[in-house]
Amino acid sequence: MPLKTYERPYLRKLNAGLGNKFGTRNSQVPVTEIDGVPVAKLMEEYGSPCFVLSEQTIRQTYRNAVRAFSTRYPKVQMAWSYKTNYLNAVCRIFHDEGSWAEVVSIFEYRKALANGVPGTQILFNGPDKSEDDLRTAVQHGSLIHIDHLDEVYLLSEILASEGLKARVALRINMDTGVYPLWDRFGFNYENGSAWTAVTKVMAQPRMELVGLHCHIGTYMLSAQAYAVASHKLCDLADEIRKQYQRRIEYLDLGGGFASGNTLKGSYLQGSDVIPTMDDYAEAITSTILQHPFAMSGEIPTLYLESGRALIDDAGYLLGSVLALKRLGDGRRATIMDFGVNLLFTSFWYEHRISPAQEYSSHHEDMVLYGPLCMNIDVVRENVSLPLLKRGDRVVVHRVGAYNMTQWMQFIQMRPNVVLIDRQGQVHLIRRRETVDTLNEMELTPLHLELGQGKPA
Amino acid sequence: MPEVLSALFAMNPMKISQNIAISENGFLFNPATGDSFSTNACGKEIIRLLQEGQSQAQILEALQREFEVDQASLEKDLADFLYMLGNYRLLDANAQ
Repeated sequence: MPLKTYERPYLRKLNAGLGNKFGTRNSQVPVTEIDGVPVAKLMEEYGSPCFVLSEQTIRQTYRNAVRAFSTRYPKVQMAWSYKTNYLNAVCRIFHDEGSWAEVVSIFEYRKALANGVPGTQILFNGPDKSEDDLRTAVQHGSLIHIDHLDEVYLLSEILASEGLKARVALRINMDTGVYPLWDRFGFNYENGSAWTAVTKVMAQPRMELVGLHCHIGTYMLSAQAYAVASHKLCDLADEIRKQYQRRIEYLDLGGGFASGNTLKGSYLQGSDVIPTMDDYAEAITSTILQHPFAMSGEIPTLYLESGRALIDDAGYLLGSVLALKRLGDGRRATIMDFGVNLLFTSFWYEHRISPAQEYSSHHEDMVLYGPLCMNIDVVRENVSLPLLKRGDRVVVHRVGAYNMTQWMQFIQMRPNVVLIDRQGQVHLIRRRETVDTLNEMELTPLHLELGQGKPA
Repeated sequence: MPEVLSALFAMNPMKISQNIAISENGFLFNPATGDSFSTNACGKEIIRLLQEGQSQAQILEALQREFEVDQASLEKDLADFLYMLGNYRLLDANAQ
């Protein structure tokens, strides 16, 4: 007689409580393939853990965002936010779709140039631009988004010494009704700093003020905040037009659009509470189009620097169960081979995690830990998953934003990243690190070289 | 079974509370506390064997004859299941 299929014994206490009118979401549907490629095959070839990106999803998401804005507004230009995911293959897909580059460091700036982006199509943001960085940006004709007055003076000196001119924008921060205010970047609108900066820049003969920029926050759950921001930028642009007879060519509303992830502490799933791209687009474009500034002449080009909302859905992290254990209070703990070192966003998201193989209907609540010998390494504090066992595979969803840039080389090395193209072909786009990768950057003083006797 | 584990199991004979009721589909009820539980096929079999008074070593052997599973996994899982029975006060304290 053939033996029965084994599923480890399981015991779950049934708790009668208040009914949940929302029901429970079935997150146990196995995800066995991504874009037609079996998860098991990906992990056999590229190891566990492993990041996977879907080119199809990237392009679809991007086109949906462009559609949302360009069907409402005639002049829209996207600029890919490099810091969200600056893997070259990812950046090149966005550039191939028509996106410019938005960078916040000379490292990102040089990556953008190497990815074939003309200097004139790079928006250089951020508070950290050295003299050399600014000189490089000026020489390439990039749009420099000024963050503070020190930058105005530094840039002025560079332009004078180089005998060049620069096209610049001012970053403006403001109260949009969403708190905490992001007032650390740029010049404040309400306290007059923004207007002071305008007057300083307008007094610089070698600076041409062509744009106004704001980035009001991240993971914005209110589209209305963008309407407030758009209105204030338009007010400022209109005042510049009246006072200086200079027409602002573009308004950059930044990014901060939410992805479908669920924020920690959120009662409802992220996808149920976030505004759609159409909501954001409607709030921004209708405000600009109805403002006297837009009606007084040529309407400004709308620049957008969305990152998270364009790439999060396209990223997956594949991983395996290392071990199971019981905590002191009887809770199930499952240890995975990926942790906060790779999944930085697990500090603020309750990532959706799916098994990658078939299961019975039984499931259990558990804490999901990463592999690090550090107490902070918690991927999910409470998640209901099927009866996992050592070696079982899981798929973590919506990890495309920030994880492949903010990941830490801490205790473990960073894994392979692969891209599935639109034909279902798998491409390795970043090799896993090895001990040699890391040791290559280290230098050992001669007296500590092995075989040199006792250290001095 | 490794000798160490056999000895461990032998030293800790466990007995499930005799008044525990369990249905065919794995619904468990403890009339002493009013608590109810759900278990799967393997869990149901372990409880049945415990109710028959089988030792842990005998349970291990019986499960290995019935299910396709390696001994190490089964030992870990049985130990965990027995721990949970104890945690939920489903074992007969007098028998331990």
